[in-house]
Amino acid sequence: MNVSTRWLTDLVPGLVAAPEALAEHLALRGAPVEEITTPGEGLGDLVVGKVLAARSHPNADRLSLCDVDGGDGVVQVVCGAPNVKDGAFYPFAPVGAVLPGDFTIKKAKIRGEVSQGMLCSAKELGLGDDHEGILELPGDFTPGERFVGALGLDDATLDVEITANRGDLLSHVGIARELASEGEGRVVLPAIEGAPALEVEYAEGDGRVSAGGVAIRIDDPELCPRYLGAVIRGVEIGPSPAWLRERLRGAGARPINNVVDATNYVMLELGQPLHAFNLARVGGSSIVVRRATESETSFTTLDGQERALSRDTLMICDGDGPVAIGGVMGGLDSEVESDTTDVLLECALFEPRSIRATRHRLGMSTDASYRYERGVDPEGLRTAIERAVTAILAVAGGTLDGPILDCRPRPFRPETVDLRLSRIEHVLGVPFEADAVEELLAPLGFAVEDRTERPAEGTVADTILHVRVPGFRSYDVTREIDLIEEVARTHGFDRFPSELGPARPGTVPDHPLFRLEDELRIMLAGRGLLEAQTPAFVPAGEGDLEVSNPLATTEPFMRRALVPSLLRRVEHNLAHGNRNVRLFELGTSFRKGESGEPPHESPHLAAVLTGLREPPHWSRVGEPIAVWDLKALFADVVHMAYGGPLPITAEPVEGVRLDPAVTFAARTEGGGVVGHAGRVADAAVDTPPWAGDVWAFELTLPEEPAPAPTVVHRPLSAHPASERDLALIVPAGVTAASLEAAIRSGAGSDLESVEPFDVYEGEELADGARSVAFRLRFRAPSRTLKDREVDRHVARVLTRLEEDLGVTARG
Amino acid sequence: MTTNPREVLATLEAEALAAIATAADADGLEAVRIAFLGRSEGRISAVLRGLGSLPPEERPAVGQEANRVKGVVTAALEERTAALERPDGPASGTDLTLPGRRPWRGGLHPVTQAVDEIWHIFRDLGFARARGPEADTEWYNFEALNTPLDHPAADEQDTLYLVDSVLLRSHTSPVQMRTMETYPPPIRIIAPGWVYRRDTYDATHTPAFMQIEGLVIDEGVTFVDFKATLGEFARRYWGPDTQIRFRPSFFPFTEPSAEVDVKRVITRPDGTREDTDWLEIMGAGMVDPNVISNAGLDPERYTGWAFGMGPARIAMLKHGVDDLRTFFENDVRFLEQFVR
Repeated sequence: MNVSTRWLTDLVPGLVAAPEALAEHLALRGAPVEEITTPGEGLGDLVVGKVLAARSHPNADRLSLCDVDGGDGVVQVVCGAPNVKDGAFYPFAPVGAVLPGDFTIKKAKIRGEVSQGMLCSAKELGLGDDHEGILELPGDFTPGERFVGALGLDDATLDVEITANRGDLLSHVGIARELASEGEGRVVLPAIEGAPALEVEYAEGDGRVSAGGVAIRIDDPELCPRYLGAVIRGVEIGPSPAWLRERLRGAGARPINNVVDATNYVMLELGQPLHAFNLARVGGSSIVVRRATESETSFTTLDGQERALSRDTLMICDGDGPVAIGGVMGGLDSEVESDTTDVLLECALFEPRSIRATRHRLGMSTDASYRYERGVDPEGLRTAIERAVTAILAVAGGTLDGPILDCRPRPFRPETVDLRLSRIEHVLGVPFEADAVEELLAPLGFAVEDRTERPAEGTVADTILHVRVPGFRSYDVTREIDLIEEVARTHGFDRFPSELGPARPGTVPDHPLFRLEDELRIMLAGRGLLEAQTPAFVPAGEGDLEVSNPLATTEPFMRRALVPSLLRRVEHNLAHGNRNVRLFELGTSFRKGESGEPPHESPHLAAVLTGLREPPHWSRVGEPIAVWDLKALFADVVHMAYGGPLPITAEPVEGVRLDPAVTFAARTEGGGVVGHAGRVADAAVDTPPWAGDVWAFELTLPEEPAPAPTVVHRPLSAHPASERDLALIVPAGVTAASLEAAIRSGAGSDLESVEPFDVYEGEELADGARSVAFRLRFRAPSRTLKDREVDRHVARVLTRLEEDLGVTARG
Repeated sequence: MTTNPREVLATLEAEALAAIATAADADGLEAVRIAFLGRSEGRISAVLRGLGSLPPEERPAVGQEANRVKGVVTAALEERTAALERPDGPASGTDLTLPGRRPWRGGLHPVTQAVDEIWHIFRDLGFARARGPEADTEWYNFEALNTPLDHPAADEQDTLYLVDSVLLRSHTSPVQMRTMETYPPPIRIIAPGWVYRRDTYDATHTPAFMQIEGLVIDEGVTFVDFKATLGEFARRYWGPDTQIRFRPSFFPFTEPSAEVDVKRVITRPDGTREDTDWLEIMGAGMVDPNVISNAGLDPERYTGWAFGMGPARIAMLKHGVDDLRTFFENDVRFLEQFVR
């Protein structure tokens, strides 16, 4: 909402404040000012100049010589504009004036002729884009008058942010009410210049009303509880007088013609949208308010757009059909035009939800619909229409013909809300006296109609205030808490104390998934990975849950997995020459629900790694990250997430972007795959030729992680261990895992650990056989093992290996 | 002067080491060597030469001691010689100015770090973390929070829908309702999480972003507690001189509602101090009675307050990042700057 500060000072007697101070007051009332614009800034040196006579420059075809009266004698000015006219007024910068851009006007000689000053175009003054000609000022001025004052540019416009609950602030009077206490505490409507005294009569009716040949009927009182119409005859359409144009401009509105400007003026002043129909185009001089019929499928609004109608659209109709979309926009055919002489002025009340629905359907918002959606003062219609009639008569002439028609099938009934002083203290933490509350509420239009003292029942006595809510606040103030907010707001939030009080600890435990995520983050950061965050929106193929109203149609799906998003980040990094990329992310995986079921989501952890396994260092040769690095990292992450090790097997996993030959799966006890890791398939990531393998894992985290199992410690043996190394010749197809299983089953309970420590594949070994060396460590808890015993264990291991796997010890 | 050979040797050892330590250059050291170990005149050599004159039972022990002292002095001479050859070098033979060897350093995303810092303050103020689904229903996202779907307030958060009445939550406030339904008061929680809006990517908007919800519900919780606790948070996060301002505002699920601004004090390098502008950091307010009763609690008995803030915005302000999209690029050169 653009608010003119000059308008505000006219509405609030005694209000004297700089625009910045007004902005501060409004911010502390809940209506922050986003921007202050002062169009006249930097134009203080300009005056209004009158061109007494213009003649051709003797030495240049395109220039003219003007005798300009700038208030300080007549001077000669060379002007290049084609539109300069004798007797017209223009913005004039005399010698010595400084224009925007720190441009000083100096006395000059142009093609042999003296020029003492400059006539300015709109663009030169920052007032518009038009630089074709100098800015002719319409109206009558005194030469030498300050330009800024003459055009009303000394106004400052506040761009005020109005919250969705405060439709009443979409008007200067509404804003003025919030500022009244900064002035004399009241708001008055300023007299309209040149307005005749108005004697108004009303013709009232429930569902229909007619007088003076005009009729109004409301067929849908749900959507239109009240409709007022006034007929004004004999208007002369033309430009508005300067004061009105200034007012509108100060409020950020564009002047159109005097009648339309007058209705806009009243809307900006009182918040009541009004519409002027060309009466000659209102068939049968009758208005019917009803929903569109089945056959009325489209309608052309005054902006020339054809709008599709539905059966729920409220239409303003004449005897022949629709003339306006109620509360949204008038029709092209009944628009006021330059030859219009008689107008029908509409001032109506529409139901906010229906306006909102219509506006949504049409995909358009107008000044009127914006206000109706947020609620227009149901008690202010007569004031508004009288104000509008007065303004039209003042600026466009004509006479009010007959009584104003007031059709009101659903008259407004003001509400009274009870406010307990005890509840104020209960919520705000500070006691308020009844008189103080009344003083805080009264300037906003709330009237305390009565007080009830409630004697102490048990312990607490209370006072209840019965507060009448003004119509313009009837939308947002319906409950006691709404009044308590008004008390707090007008008292000033900053005037409440800020003291920590006693507080009880809460019943909600810290969610275990947050704790697991914390631990995973710390572990992965410690292992050298950087945490990434990527948005959950992905292109087709990376998820099956589609956003029904996406803004970016390239990424309309919710991701099923995080790895594809992270791979794009790897590509970004590699493309920027970052060779070592190790990223992880914690995020949500989404899946479409079964038919009729809501979508499913689960917490995921994923990582991608490429480059060297350690930072380059002069002491060693850099090795790339290998499958073993990934496998161990994955196993550790799984261990942490699931509170213990899960089996990790080398097997292809379906639907992932990994090379099936180098893929691991982690399974829970039930057998379900909860994670996978491996080498990213070449086709799944676009890497430059110098980049090496890209590794990745993705893990579904438990939604409610169990607490980590309690560690029960094993007593440490005081007896020494015996180690034996076995170098085995292993035929092709026998895995390390099966070797280890055979060793464990043969070695007996004295085996403490078994680790492969060397793997060798050489030509001297036949048929793809390998040599794998294991180190076995034996230890008994309560005695020292004898060599003989260990030898027997090893012999059993070798037998088992040979019998089960055909594996023999090396020579 | 003693003639006991062992005492003589002890004196010689101390004198020789002192002389080595104070020798200024190689010539000085050579003089020391000649004086103590020289074949003809060296004083330690003289002791060794004189062994023959000792009683036979003393010879082995004195000989052993003399050789030990000779070894110590020789080693000290070598070490000192080497040290004098590399005037600025370290004591051993390795160039210790070479860089150390470390594994890769990892770290947390700057927005996570902001969330964690905020969480740690609220943890100290007695809060726990709660969570809720990101794909939620119109009921939890709007209606339960006193926001009728046909109210203009529902528009301001342009919402992304999935199926029917299921949407991507447009704020973390649905966690308020879910927590109140699950746990009895007193409730003191924050709820960090992703939220989604129908926005295009620009410097200050992304369609997905982190938010942190806060909720307190108990008997006797007032506007004064609300102001005091958030003031305490602001001073712990931005420093003890931080000013905090509560401006009236509107959110359907709180009443009274406030925008909370902070003004920080910055100390310039020259020691002078400067106030920043007011920075908007969160929306907050007293929980609307309708929300409390929608959760099945009695609003006459229970009151509370709630807030919502954007840690990415706070991280932007803190680290001087001027474009939110930087946080989503995940360029390792950017992320590494936040490694601690």
